[in-house]
Amino acid sequence: MEPLSPSESLVEGLVSVPAPTGHGPRPLPAHDHEVSAPHAHAHADVWLSDVTAGYGDRTALEHVTIAVEPGSLLAIVGPNGAGKSTLLKLMAGLARPWTGRIEILGSPPGREARRVAYVPQAELVDWAFPVTVEDVVMMGRFPRLGPVRRPGADDRRAVADALAQVGMGPHLRTQIGRLSGGQRRRVFLARALAAEPDLFLLDEPVTGIDPNTQELLMDLLEQQAARGKTVVATTHDLACAAQRFQQVLAVNRTVVAYGPSNLVLDADVLARAYGGHLLVLEGRTVVLDDAHHHDDAAPGERHFHDQGGQH
Amino acid sequence: MNLVLEPLALSFFVRALIASTMVGVVCAVVGTYVVLRGVAFIGDAIAHAAFPGVVAAFLLSIPFYVGAAIAAVGTALAIGWVTKRAGIRQDTSIGVLFAGTFALGVFMFSTINGYVADLFGFLLGNVLAIGPGDLVALLVLGLGVMGIVGLLWKELLYATFDPLGAAASGIKVERLEYMFLAVVALTIVISLQAVGIILVVAMLVTPAATAQMLTVRFSRLMVVAAMVGIASSVIGLYLSYWLDTASGATIVLVQTGLFLLALLLGPRGLLGRRRGGDTLPTDDDAFAAASA
Repeated sequence: MEPLSPSESLVEGLVSVPAPTGHGPRPLPAHDHEVSAPHAHAHADVWLSDVTAGYGDRTALEHVTIAVEPGSLLAIVGPNGAGKSTLLKLMAGLARPWTGRIEILGSPPGREARRVAYVPQAELVDWAFPVTVEDVVMMGRFPRLGPVRRPGADDRRAVADALAQVGMGPHLRTQIGRLSGGQRRRVFLARALAAEPDLFLLDEPVTGIDPNTQELLMDLLEQQAARGKTVVATTHDLACAAQRFQQVLAVNRTVVAYGPSNLVLDADVLARAYGGHLLVLEGRTVVLDDAHHHDDAAPGERHFHDQGGQH
Repeated sequence: MNLVLEPLALSFFVRALIASTMVGVVCAVVGTYVVLRGVAFIGDAIAHAAFPGVVAAFLLSIPFYVGAAIAAVGTALAIGWVTKRAGIRQDTSIGVLFAGTFALGVFMFSTINGYVADLFGFLLGNVLAIGPGDLVALLVLGLGVMGIVGLLWKELLYATFDPLGAAASGIKVERLEYMFLAVVALTIVISLQAVGIILVVAMLVTPAATAQMLTVRFSRLMVVAAMVGIASSVIGLYLSYWLDTASGATIVLVQTGLFLLALLLGPRGLLGRRRGGDTLPTDDDAFAAASA
C-alpha cells in the first residue's frame, strides 16, 4: 500500500475540531477552530506529530498527526491490522515511535503515567489468574501508592465506589475467570476509574459485550469526558462509535479521517478506511469486519482466548 | 512424643530444622510469582547455573553462597538481557545458558583431584551438614529476599497479571523483571544446601501449585503456599531423620505428596465436590478446605 502523505491523509476541514463538551473542573483552552493539528499542541492531552511506528521491520502506522483536546470522547476505528492498538500503545508509552513526536498530558509518553489508565484487550488478560474482582480494581490504586505503602481505607473506598459505578459491587470476592465477558469489561473499567486518571486509553472496551453493558460503560465514559477527562477507545463497533462518541479517528495504517463522528462516518471515509471490507447495499453501508478478531499479537504478548463466563 | 522431641536435643538437627523451614517459606513466597509468571524453567536454569559458582568458591576457599550468588544472579540477569538483545525466545536463551553454565561447573569440578563429598552435597542437598556460620548467612539472605518481596509485592502482582496496564500506569515493568530474576537467584542460593541444585525447582513450584488447587485469591495463595512449604520442610526433615534418607529428596517427596493430595481432594481436585472446568470454587469454600 502506497503511504499517504500527511496532508493527503487528512480529510479537509475535519482536523482538530475541539470537543463539544468540557465545562468541567479542569481548565480548558479557548476553542480555536482555525488551528491545524501540529499547532494545536499546547492545548492537547494527546498530541502526535508525523508519527511512524511498527514492530521489528513491519510498519504498523505511518505519518500519524492528531491532537486530542481535554474532555474529548474519541473512538479509533479501522479494520483489523489497521494499527488501532498500536496507536493506543504509543499513547500509553508502551511502544516507541520510529519517527515523529508524541506528547501525552503535555509531556513525553510515560512521564505522566500515573494520570493515565490503560485497559488492554480482553484477549491479553489471563482470566485463570488467581485474583478476585476486588484485587483487580485495587491494582488501579497501586501506582499512586508506590512501593512500601499498603492499600488503606481511602483505596478500599475508591475500589468500592468504582465497582458500584459499573454495577459490580456484589461480585467483590469473585475470581475473574467466573465472570461473563461483559462483567470482565466492567471490572477493567472499574480499575481505570479507581485510578482517577486524566486520560483513559481503552483497547476495545465495548467489543463482544451485551447492549446493556455497552450502554452503561458508554454512560460512564461520557460522564468522565463531561468532567474534562479525555477518553480514547479503539472499537470495532461503528454503530457505537457513531452514536456514543463525539469524535472519531478512522485509521488504516495512517489517518484516514479525524473529526466529529457525524462528519467522519460517511460512506466515502469508510470506503477508504475499510477498503475491501466494505459493502454498500441499497444506500446502506455494511462493514464486513470480524469483530471477534483483533490485531496480531505484538512480539512478547501472550493472548488468552478464553471466551469465558457462564452468564 | 520422644520421636519428635529427641532429635531437638541435637544441635545439627535444630540448625537443619531452622534452615529448611526458612527455605520452605522463602521458596513458597517467591515461587508463587514464579508459578504465576510461568517461569519454572528459569528457576531450574538458575539453580544449575549456580554450580560453577559453588565449585569456584570451593577452589578459592570462600563461602559457597558468595560464589553461588554471583553465578546465579549473573546468569539470571544474563537470561533477561540475552532474550531482549538477541531477539530469541526466552526458552531458547535459557536452554543455552542453563546447559553452558552447568557444563562449566562440571568441567571445573573434574579438574579437582579426588572425591569431594561437599560438592556432591550441593547437587542433591544435605541440610543436616549446615554449619552455624552458613545458617546465619542464609537467614540474613532469606530476610533480605522477604524484605524485597514485602516492599514490591503490589508492583510484582500488577506486572505479573497485566504487564501492559502496569507499565502504562508508570510501574517500571522491565526493571522489576530484572529485580525479580535476581530475587529468584538469591532464593535458589539460600536453598542449595537444603535441597540441592537438582531438586530446588520443586521447592519453588510445588507449594504454589498445591495452593492453586485450594484457593483463587492471590493473598491466600501465598499464605497457603507458605504453609505447605513449612509443613513439608518440617515433616520431610523428621522423616529423613527417622528413616535415615536424603533430607532434600524427602522434603520434596512430602511436597509432591501434598500436591497430589490437593489435586485429588481439593475443591478444584479430581475427586472434589464440583466437577467441570468453569466451576471454580468460591473463595470461602477454598479457604475452608485449605485450613481444614
